[in-house]
Amino acid sequence: MGTAIRIQPADDVGSFAPKQDDGATSLREVPVVPVVRRAERSDTAAPAGTLRSSAWWRLLCSEGPAMLLAVVSIGLLIGFWYLATAYRWDFYIRFTHIPGPVEVYRDALALFGDPKFMTNITISLRRIMFGFVVATVLGVGFGLLIGRYRAARGLLFPAMEILRPIPAIAWVPMSIMLWPTTETSIVFITFLGAFFPILLNTMHGVATMDSVLVRAARCLGANEFALMTQVVLRGAMPHIFTGLSVGMGVAWVSLIAAEMISGQYGVGYFTWEAYSLIEYSHIVIGMLVIGVLGLLCSGAIRLLARLAMPWQVSVGKENTR
Amino acid sequence: MNATSVPGKGHIEIRDVCVRFTQNGVPLDAVSEVSLDVKPGEFVSIVGPSGCGKSTLLNIVAGFLKPHQGIVSVDGSPVGGPGADRGVVFQQYSLFPWLRVRENVEFGLKMKGVSRSARETKARTLLGLAGLLSFENHYPEQLSGGMKQRVGIVRALATSPQVMLMDEPFGALDSQTRVVMQEILTNMWQQLQLSVLFITHDIEEAIFLSDKIYVMTARPGRIKAEIPVPLPRPRTPEMTSSPTFVALHRQLKALIREESLAAMGGELKEGGLAGHDWHVGAEGVGAML
Ligand SMILES: Nc1ncnc2c1ncn2[C@@H]1O[C@H](COP(=O)(O)OP(=O)(O)O)[C@@H](O)[C@H]1O
Ligand SMILES: [Mg+2]
Repeated sequence: MGTAIRIQPADDVGSFAPKQDDGATSLREVPVVPVVRRAERSDTAAPAGTLRSSAWWRLLCSEGPAMLLAVVSIGLLIGFWYLATAYRWDFYIRFTHIPGPVEVYRDALALFGDPKFMTNITISLRRIMFGFVVATVLGVGFGLLIGRYRAARGLLFPAMEILRPIPAIAWVPMSIMLWPTTETSIVFITFLGAFFPILLNTMHGVATMDSVLVRAARCLGANEFALMTQVVLRGAMPHIFTGLSVGMGVAWVSLIAAEMISGQYGVGYFTWEAYSLIEYSHIVIGMLVIGVLGLLCSGAIRLLARLAMPWQVSVGKENTR
Repeated sequence: MNATSVPGKGHIEIRDVCVRFTQNGVPLDAVSEVSLDVKPGEFVSIVGPSGCGKSTLLNIVAGFLKPHQGIVSVDGSPVGGPGADRGVVFQQYSLFPWLRVRENVEFGLKMKGVSRSARETKARTLLGLAGLLSFENHYPEQLSGGMKQRVGIVRALATSPQVMLMDEPFGALDSQTRVVMQEILTNMWQQLQLSVLFITHDIEEAIFLSDKIYVMTARPGRIKAEIPVPLPRPRTPEMTSSPTFVALHRQLKALIREESLAAMGGELKEGGLAGHDWHVGAEGVGAML
């Protein structure tokens, strides 16, 4: 509470002499004191413990009903699945051959001990990794160049605009012909899926960046390289991460399709093969694994975004608290 | 603060500068035959109606724009492009949002290749001078407008430029913060012995800060008057009611009002409102200033 009073003079009056430290250190311990909340803070006299537990209570009150609904929602889905398969529902859509949740659960337990299945998962992840990393490097690199230099834009963008509307999956036959191995052609398809969203979002990030930041950097002595790496890249980062998120989603779509069509190994191949081999419960397991892997990958991107853009995290926290 | 600036440096010379823009295919003189001087260590303001080319002039000195004609030089060497020898403070907040306050201040030094520890020392000294040391680890978004602009000034000062160029740096601040910022600025200016070219449309601010004020005409911008400010230093808030201050204020207000009327007169005539109650128009413009 004293903090609020102590900040005020530093902010609005400002001293000319170097500030000496009693105020400074105690201020540093206050994690973040949002400007707008100061007045409010100074008159909350409650001790921290009470504040915290009341915060928990508030969280429970605000999130509790939503969590309950989520449980009900998922319960309904599984319940419907169970009933439809148990009673072999056949009314236009046919559940006659669809495995039920119990059967899927039992087979999944067996499958997760199977090294062949695990190999499929690692192979898919490796393909995503390679394709996505290359797409990120090229997408961000070209995006920065096209966004910043008119000549690069004129030269590269028209060609990219022709290729962009072609879905990555349409490249499958061409890709098999182009690349020496099936493996590289699948990675290529994955790359294509991720590349365009990353490219376009990077370009957009550069274009919408406040130009005064570039001017400020230039009159602080930044050369063109420093400008690119330390200003334009950083400034475009929020959009770049949007691109990475979208790109990751499209990369998975493309990967699974490529694995199903041209595949050897991978969860997409596994799922398709399960259909040919009449291992119906494996189809469901394959689908669920694909979903979970996709979720984990986009979670990883979000985590990366938070690590790469700490300024956004702290700002966000402040606004929502 | 042991200022590294050498006394006697930081001389801005602008000679017969003209700038022409093309707007919708029509050539338009933004600045016409402007000559002015900022002597080493001098604080010079430019005032004038909006759109008269003040920012354009400043952007030329900063190196963002090339004049169509004329010469701009700092300490005898012609301006070729932007550089850390001229600190610039913008009207918009221009801190890098991804850098903490101290990292923002260190940016120019980093570009110069100054070592990490030397950067830190310098940045902390300057932040202390501006009363911002306790905020060194904050992100810009966590600061108030006045603080952001103070960091902006500190950042521009970090590379020890001889010259500071400031384009309505306090334009977005409320009047109380503004007054405080003016005091901080004069204080830093005196300690660091800089030349400052300062743009404002606030007459009081111009008088309070400056040694000399240039008044610009409406478009195309020319120098209409050069007015020295004979108030002693250090300036205090009480001086704003001194007879010299009041007289200067009146004189400048009249000069600018003429120009604003000229600027608006064109538009009023085009709009078919010419000759319509000039007095109300004049008061309106006066109030706007
Ligand atoms: N890049 C530009 N292209 C075309 N016209 C411009 C450009 N920059 C400024 N102008 C014009 O030049 C004139 C002076 O602008 P500016 O220097 O920003 O005025 P001030 O800062 O005094 O308000 C204005 O009429 C403005 O419309
Ligand atoms: Mg302007």
